[in-house]
Amino acid sequence: MLKFTAEHEWLKLEGDVATVGITQHAADQLGDLVFVELPEVGAELTKDGNAATVESVKAASDVYSPLDGEVTEVNQAIVDDPSLVNSDPQGAAWFFKLKLKNVSDVDGLMDEAAYKDLIG
Amino acid sequence: MDDQAALRTTPLHALHISLGAKMVPFAGYDMPVQYPLGVMKEHLHTRAEAGLFDVSHMGQVIVKAKSGEYADAALALENLVPVDILGLKEGRQRYGFFTDANGGILDDLMITNRGDHLLVVVNAACKDQDVAHMKANLADCDVTLLEDRALIALQGPRAQAVLAELWAGVSGMKFMDVREVPLHDVPCIISRSGYSGEDGFEISVPEAHAVEVAKALLEHPDCEAIGLGARDSLRLEAGLCLYGNDIDTTTSPIEASLEWALQKARKAGGDREGGFPGAERILGELANGTTRRRVGLKPEGKAPVRSHAKLYADAEGKTELGEVTSGTFGPSVEGPVAMGYLPVSHTDAGTQVYAEVRGKYLPMTVTALPFITPTYKR
Repeated sequence: MLKFTAEHEWLKLEGDVATVGITQHAADQLGDLVFVELPEVGAELTKDGNAATVESVKAASDVYSPLDGEVTEVNQAIVDDPSLVNSDPQGAAWFFKLKLKNVSDVDGLMDEAAYKDLIG
Repeated sequence: MDDQAALRTTPLHALHISLGAKMVPFAGYDMPVQYPLGVMKEHLHTRAEAGLFDVSHMGQVIVKAKSGEYADAALALENLVPVDILGLKEGRQRYGFFTDANGGILDDLMITNRGDHLLVVVNAACKDQDVAHMKANLADCDVTLLEDRALIALQGPRAQAVLAELWAGVSGMKFMDVREVPLHDVPCIISRSGYSGEDGFEISVPEAHAVEVAKALLEHPDCEAIGLGARDSLRLEAGLCLYGNDIDTTTSPIEASLEWALQKARKAGGDREGGFPGAERILGELANGTTRRRVGLKPEGKAPVRSHAKLYADAEGKTELGEVTSGTFGPSVEGPVAMGYLPVSHTDAGTQVYAEVRGKYLPMTVTALPFITPTYKR
């Protein structure tokens, strides 16, 4: 199940673990990324709290946690090569995996059609 | 959207839109920050081939003495700028800055001897204030802001080849030469200069022909349109100051490590020693040094350290030293680059300091500027 947030994150749910990344739209808006900072494995994230930082040549931007949960895995590949986020943001360039506190919270997020409406 | 409506546009605005530029407000103008190529590729293309930049937002100002004599205009402007303008030869350009009574910097500018007058190019954000400043202080001169000319920068190792398609004589120009030349029968003023660290040109074009000249240059396969994003990373790698970031009224030219811009004639013992605002402080600092200096800073990790990041002597953030004034990722350096001010006790190359970024203290090394090797054709 693929869900989206108004902050341009995507979330793919498998059991109670969500894989989280930023959308193609967000990657396009940010431009060429040169730096990614990910949360620590084991970090407790809260919905809409800071989860990661991405930097383009021009500016730093925050990536927010879509829901409450604990980080179980992070994607070192995008730290080593931030340009992966520009080339494959909704595939190989996932950011982190989050063990959700309440799986039912995903119901409050947007589906793909609603997100597409949002970005026009 | 009122802010948007109030934004000014340059004569190349429609061309930027047609090229797919992402537009942003900058110094009151709606300007291209990047094109579909993206900041990273635009930067690298400029260093490898040639980039075309719209810098029409900058102020082009004619300063002409009422007497019609170049020397009178030059001596008048020397009252506001601590550089040798009288000694500037016809068809030559020089970098300078307006100083204030406290020895701070009001703006930086390029000054050209155009025979019987001066052509001065100032920053967009400061141009109204600069023109007012000159009108108020250059009593026997006419000061005219040219509202009907575009300014196009063409930068990079292939800039000469690109411009040669329109004017074969370009190869005879050296760094800081200025010539009036017809391009496509359009009278243009060309200087061999720029702000990228590369060889290149700035071309002043009558507004009505700006698109035609820009398109003719862009027709060359080696030439791409480049936005303000890459302009900033290029100038930072080249160690060049951005007014408002690296220099302003709180920084003196000596603190800013710009003493190279002061010629002998204006320094102690020179023919026209002093005689500019803040001379006492500036010449005093030349003789006795300053307490702080602008330096290059190379972050050791991969994280860019941006302007206003605080600098510390230690990794715990106990002893504050100063702050970063410009910082970004340098595509040619392939890593983050920055500039900032540090006490002279910490300005030797190789000195390690720490920048506070998101609650962490990241090590940075004081590094000689520029970060790249400039290719100016001297």
